[in-house]
Amino acid sequence: MSTEAASTLPAARLFPAEERLVEHFRNLKPDLPDDESGRLRRDAAIARIERDGLPNRRVEEWKYTDLRTLLREAAAPAPRPDARVAETARADARVLAELEAVRIDFVNGHLVAAGDAPAGVTILPLARALEESHPALADFDAVEVARGNALIDLNTAFLGDGVIVHVSAGRQAGAPLHLRLVNRGEAPFATAVRVLVIVEKGAALTIAESHEGDVAAQPNTLVEFVLGDGAKVEHVRINAEAAGALALSTVTAMLGAESNFRSVNLVAGGSASRHQVFLAYGGENAHATVAGVTVISGEEHADTTLVVDHAVPGGESRELFKTVIDGDATGVFQGKIIVRQDAQKTDGRMMSAALLVSPGATMNNKPELEIWADDVQCAHGATCGELDEELLFYLKARGLPQAEAAALLLQAFVGEALELVSDETMREAMNALAVKRLENRS
Amino acid sequence: MIEIKNLVVEIEGNRILNGLDLTVNDGEVAAIMGPNGSGKSTLSYVIAGKEDYEVLDGEILLDGQNILELEANERAQSGVFLAFQYPLEIPGVATMSFLKAILNAQLKARGEAELSTPDFLRRVRGAADKLQIDQDMLKRALNVGFSGGEKKRMEILQMALLEPRFCILDETDSGLDIDALRIVSEGVNALRDGKRSFLVITHYQRLLNHIVPDTVHVMSKGRIVRSGGKELALELEASGYADYETEAA
Repeated sequence: MSTEAASTLPAARLFPAEERLVEHFRNLKPDLPDDESGRLRRDAAIARIERDGLPNRRVEEWKYTDLRTLLREAAAPAPRPDARVAETARADARVLAELEAVRIDFVNGHLVAAGDAPAGVTILPLARALEESHPALADFDAVEVARGNALIDLNTAFLGDGVIVHVSAGRQAGAPLHLRLVNRGEAPFATAVRVLVIVEKGAALTIAESHEGDVAAQPNTLVEFVLGDGAKVEHVRINAEAAGALALSTVTAMLGAESNFRSVNLVAGGSASRHQVFLAYGGENAHATVAGVTVISGEEHADTTLVVDHAVPGGESRELFKTVIDGDATGVFQGKIIVRQDAQKTDGRMMSAALLVSPGATMNNKPELEIWADDVQCAHGATCGELDEELLFYLKARGLPQAEAAALLLQAFVGEALELVSDETMREAMNALAVKRLENRS
Repeated sequence: MIEIKNLVVEIEGNRILNGLDLTVNDGEVAAIMGPNGSGKSTLSYVIAGKEDYEVLDGEILLDGQNILELEANERAQSGVFLAFQYPLEIPGVATMSFLKAILNAQLKARGEAELSTPDFLRRVRGAADKLQIDQDMLKRALNVGFSGGEKKRMEILQMALLEPRFCILDETDSGLDIDALRIVSEGVNALRDGKRSFLVITHYQRLLNHIVPDTVHVMSKGRIVRSGGKELALELEASGYADYETEAA
C-alpha cells in the first residue's frame, strides 16, 4: 500500500515555503553580479532545496525547529536601500554604539559603508570579490561538517552582499571590527549576508556582529572564519532584532594548529532564531570556546545548534550555553562533539543549562558525543530546571525581595556565559542587553 | 527582646519543634546546644522565614512584633540575620555586587539613602580587614571555591555590614580549624554592643570558649529542656547529650 501511495506523489513535492523561495530566486537571478562559478554555486544550492525540500521536523537535525514551517511566509530579498534610508539606519544603530571599533555597516543586507581598515587588515566588499573571482573565495565552505546544511544553501543561493576580512600574518588588528547589520522597513524582507574572515598565521582579531532593526526581517547570515596556525580570534554576535524577525545564522571556523577561537552569541531579540556553529580542527592543539546566552519569552523560539569536529590530535573545546525561558517560549540546544580516530588527546567539554521560569516554557536539550579515538576526555551536560529555592531563600534572608532575588540569580545564570567575552566593553554591553531583556520578561 | 512562645513546627508531617519557648534579652548571647536531630537548625530556619516549614502554633516576637507574618526578606529588613551553617555558592554573582545589593536593599527598606561607591568600598574594606578577608576573595563569585573557613568569614562579614538587631549563628564552628574559629569568634564578639542579641547554635562546647554566652539552653526533641549559665556548656561537654535524648523521649 505504502509504495503505491508513494509512487503517486510527484518526485519533489514543494510546500509553500519552497515554492516561494524558488520564485524569489527566479526573480532575483537576472540582477546577480557574480561570475560563472558563482552562478553555478547558486544554481546548485537552490537545486538541492528544490530536490530535497526544506528540512522539517522529520529530519533529525531539524526535529525541534521546522524550517519549512518557519519559512512558510518566506519574504523576497530586500532591494538595496536608498542613501537616505541607509544613513538614518546607521545613525540610529544602538547596539555596541559605545564600542570603539571600525564599523562595517549593512542596511537591509546590503553593504553601505566600511571604515578604514586598521593596519595589517584588508576589508574587501564581497561583490567585488565575486566580480574579480578573487582567490580568497576558495576559502569559502572550508568546514566539511557544515556542507549541505540548508541555511548555508539558502545563504549561497540568495547571497546578496558581504565582505572578506583578511588579517596578515603576525598582525594584531589594533581596533575591533564591528559588523553592524541594521534592518529598516515596513514589510518583511529577506537578507543573505556572507562574511569570510581569514586570520593568517600568528595574527589576532576581535570582531563583533550586531543585528538590530525595526522590521520583522528574515536575515540569513553566514560568517566563516579561517584561522592560520597560532591565530587568535574573539567573536561576539548579538541578536537584537525587532519583534517578529526570523533570524537565521551560521558561524563556521576552520582552526589551524595552536590557534585560539572564541565565539559568544546573545539572543536578545527577534521572534524565532536558529544559530548554528560548525567548528573544525584542521591543525593540532587548537583551542575553541563557544558560548551562548538566550533569553526568550512569549511565543518565541530559539535554537542553538553546534557541531564540533575534532579531526586531529590535541584539540580542546569548551562550550557553555545558558537559556532563560519564560512564557510559552521554546528553547533548543543541539550540540555534537565528534572525535575522529586520529584525534587522540582531545579534551572536549560541553554544557547546556536552561532555566524555565514559567509553567508554559519548554526546553529541548540534545547533547551528543561521537568518539572514535580511545585516548580522549569528553564530557557533556544538560540541565533544565527552575530557580533554586535554596538560593532564593539565601538572598531573601539577606533582605532582597523575591523579584530582586530572582533577577539577581537570573543575571548570575547568564553572566557565567557572558564572562567568557574577554573584551570588557562588549561584555558589559551584552550583559546590559541581557539584563534589560530579563527585566522585561513576560 | 526576642520571645519565642510555644512554637510548634512540622515539615512534611513530621513534628520538629514541639512547643518551644525561649527568650533572648537585649544584648544577651544565648547559646543553644543539643544532640543532632533535636531541631536546632529548624529553629534557625523558622526564625529566618524559610518556607518549607509549617508553623502550627506559637509566635516569634521581635521587640513585640510577631515576625511569623513576615516574608524572609522583611524579617531581614527588621533586623534578623541568619549566618548559615552551609553558606550557598552563587556562581556568576561577584561578591562585591552581592554585598552592595543586600546592603542597598536594606537601606532602601529603612528609607535611607543608598551608599556611594567610595563609602561602600570603605565600609566593606574596614569590615573585611578585621576578618582577614583579602581583596582577592571579594573579587570572586560569592562563596564559589571558598574554603569552609572562608565561607563562614563571609557570613560574618555580611553580618557586620548589615548591623542586624538579632543574629543567629547556625553551627558556625562546623568545619573550622582553630585559627578560623578564632577569627570568626573575634568578628562576632566585635559586634556585641550590649543591645544586639545573639542566638548561637552549636553542637560542641568549643565555640563557647571563644564566644562566651550569657545563657545556655539545651534542646531536645524540639523543646528547650534545660537552661542555665555558661557553666552548663562545660557540664554538657563532660557528660554528653545521652541524658537529654532519653529524658524527653
